[in-house]
Amino acid sequence: VTDLTAVDRALIQHRCVHSRGLGASPGNPGAAPPRLPFSRVTQEDLAFFRTLLPGRTITDPDLLKSSNVDWLKTVEGNSEVLLRPKTTEEVSQILRYCNERNLAVCPQGGNTGLVGGSVPVFDEIILSTSLMKQVITFDNISGILTCQAGCVLENLSNYLEERDFIMPLDLGAKGSCHIGGNVSTNAGGLRLLRYGSLRGTVLGLEVVLADGRILNCLATLRKDNTGYDLKQLFIGSEGTLGVITAVSILCPRKPKAVNVAFLGCSSFQQLLETFQCCRGMLGEILSAFEFLDASCMSLLEKHLKLTNPITESPFYIVIETAGSNATHDEEKLHKFLEEVMTSSLVTDGTVATEATKIKALWSLRERVTEALTHEGYTYKYDISLPVEKIYDLVQDMRGHLGDMAKNVVGYGHVGDGNLHLNITSPSKDPALLAAIEPYVYEWTSKWKGSISAEHGLGLKKRNYIYYSKPSEAVALMGSIKAMLDPKGILNPYKTLPDNIH
Amino acid sequence: MSARVLVGVKRVIDYAVKIRVKPDRTGVVTDGVKHSMNPFCEIAVEEAVKLKEKKLVKEVVAVSCGPQQVQETIRTALAMGADRGIHVEVSGKDYETLGPLQVSKILAALAKKEQADLIILGKQAIDDDCNQTGQMTAALLDWPQGTFASEVNIEADKLKVVREIDGGLETIKINLPAVVTADLRLNTPRYATLPNIMKAKKKKIANVKPADLGVDVSSRLEVLKVDEPPQRQAGVKVETVHDLVGKLKEAGRI
Repeated sequence: VTDLTAVDRALIQHRCVHSRGLGASPGNPGAAPPRLPFSRVTQEDLAFFRTLLPGRTITDPDLLKSSNVDWLKTVEGNSEVLLRPKTTEEVSQILRYCNERNLAVCPQGGNTGLVGGSVPVFDEIILSTSLMKQVITFDNISGILTCQAGCVLENLSNYLEERDFIMPLDLGAKGSCHIGGNVSTNAGGLRLLRYGSLRGTVLGLEVVLADGRILNCLATLRKDNTGYDLKQLFIGSEGTLGVITAVSILCPRKPKAVNVAFLGCSSFQQLLETFQCCRGMLGEILSAFEFLDASCMSLLEKHLKLTNPITESPFYIVIETAGSNATHDEEKLHKFLEEVMTSSLVTDGTVATEATKIKALWSLRERVTEALTHEGYTYKYDISLPVEKIYDLVQDMRGHLGDMAKNVVGYGHVGDGNLHLNITSPSKDPALLAAIEPYVYEWTSKWKGSISAEHGLGLKKRNYIYYSKPSEAVALMGSIKAMLDPKGILNPYKTLPDNIH
Repeated sequence: MSARVLVGVKRVIDYAVKIRVKPDRTGVVTDGVKHSMNPFCEIAVEEAVKLKEKKLVKEVVAVSCGPQQVQETIRTALAMGADRGIHVEVSGKDYETLGPLQVSKILAALAKKEQADLIILGKQAIDDDCNQTGQMTAALLDWPQGTFASEVNIEADKLKVVREIDGGLETIKINLPAVVTADLRLNTPRYATLPNIMKAKKKKIANVKPADLGVDVSSRLEVLKVDEPPQRQAGVKVETVHDLVGKLKEAGRI
């Protein structure tokens, strides 16, 4: 018996603990489990839905197809019914009926999720928020917006911008994602650095529970310490504890001056030092700090024909400032840029103050996900790590995978310690997957990181929860799920590990 | 070559901004609205800088007419590679009524004063869409013009210009000095990179008044009113073909 070092023992311990989430498919924890014994949809069920939602009960397979597949085209379900309620009352009646009939339901917003959480696994009924797109109220003194869950994020942004406000979150999927989906996945995005997470900006929720009860916690108050803060349970619960039907959210004022700088760095260490300098010199006007590596840039150039505005560098940074005074902000920004250029932390860069140029620079960061889809099959990892370790993971994976992977790229919200690690191969490759997982999760766990910083667990990562949460916590999550959804009809097979039952 | 190029750059409301008409309908709202260099002027600057990089011209001078703020626009041209700038000060009511005729008089006067060999302008500005300044400047100077240029080449002491016209492309050869106006496909303007932005801060911008050039900027045009385009009426969705036929009959269409 060889002498085990402390590290070996810790790793063995890890593996034992983490294999507990493996459920039905130990070889492939992300794959679908066997179908649970829910009822199947009958003609009577369809008749009920058609009476409740005339013209909004979809059963045409062609129309259902796009709602059965996720945006990445990596998971596909077999739902035969798509429901489009317009009101909270309709959602309540749908869930009350489904709960009684023991029919599984998959709530669906913009279907832009990246972990397979927004599409059915089997024949779950799809409950779409696409027709729940009314803005209910907006108070332009407090900046509090109340709206239905199916409002598209970009539409809300446009609505608010006309009134001199903005949404506190922004992400690449803004043209399609629904605010209800954003809240139920606690979406992060590009502005989190400045405005914080939805856990702080969401002031109230209206949720329909599994048995159809309507929970109206749509308060529009900045401060309200009266009892347990129930909305926090639903934020990030990925549709497994209740269906969010309305949101009230605190919106910041639209900044008068927005500037974007696109910089090149020759090493990750210099990138981190640039970040420190940035924090110090730009301080309160900093609203985003994102990075992408040289591999991302070549994919953008290759597939989307975007141009690199500066000289080729190993790393690129996108910095955004947002403030109320253009002259003040530009002065600060130029001082910062002068500092990082003269100290050689940054090797090249460009700045934009006009909307068209700003959009062009942002697209270099926002469209990386899109560029990757042209490379074949993408294995996506959304990891939180101590910020200085972020790129070590990318380099380690490159070494570990060697020729098995076509691309290994890193980009993301470096300001928030959040890496988007993406690995591509021309087509789905089980051998590659086996080399990546659980290696990437063990690596993350070793550095006490999160295996899903903002994308959530959905279908694909549900069984890896133990890499980032202790078993007592997961057990308590199971108890809460059992209490709020005893029949387990809300978005089954997602978020919680298979062995929770 | 010792050629000097004059490039006109106009400060306009940014292309991506939603334009709003002033409540008194005398114009559009410009206060607090994001402005930037006219996209066709950017293409003009890029072409001039390219010619300098090919050593076909010696100096690029960026010119803009307007109030203090146009200096930002000139600085952008300097950051793209222009050597120096000239700010022709026009402000207040004069600026509101400044149009192609006055600007072309100013440019003609400057071309003579600076002994320019080539003037490159954008084909039109995205705010007024006049498409007149280049042509008027050439006429005032009695210089040949190559407008809507999608390609410009200097051959000996002549200019070969490929022009985008309705029927396709027309290639002409004109003598220097000449006026060229840039069309969309002439080039893709470069981003101003940080080292150049830093250098641009040290480049000179001279201040000049129209009167110094012997130009009267008063306008012979009066804007009567400015209105938004009529709102598009929302369409009506119908459930069945039967409904569609019914609605068409109602509207007297069939």
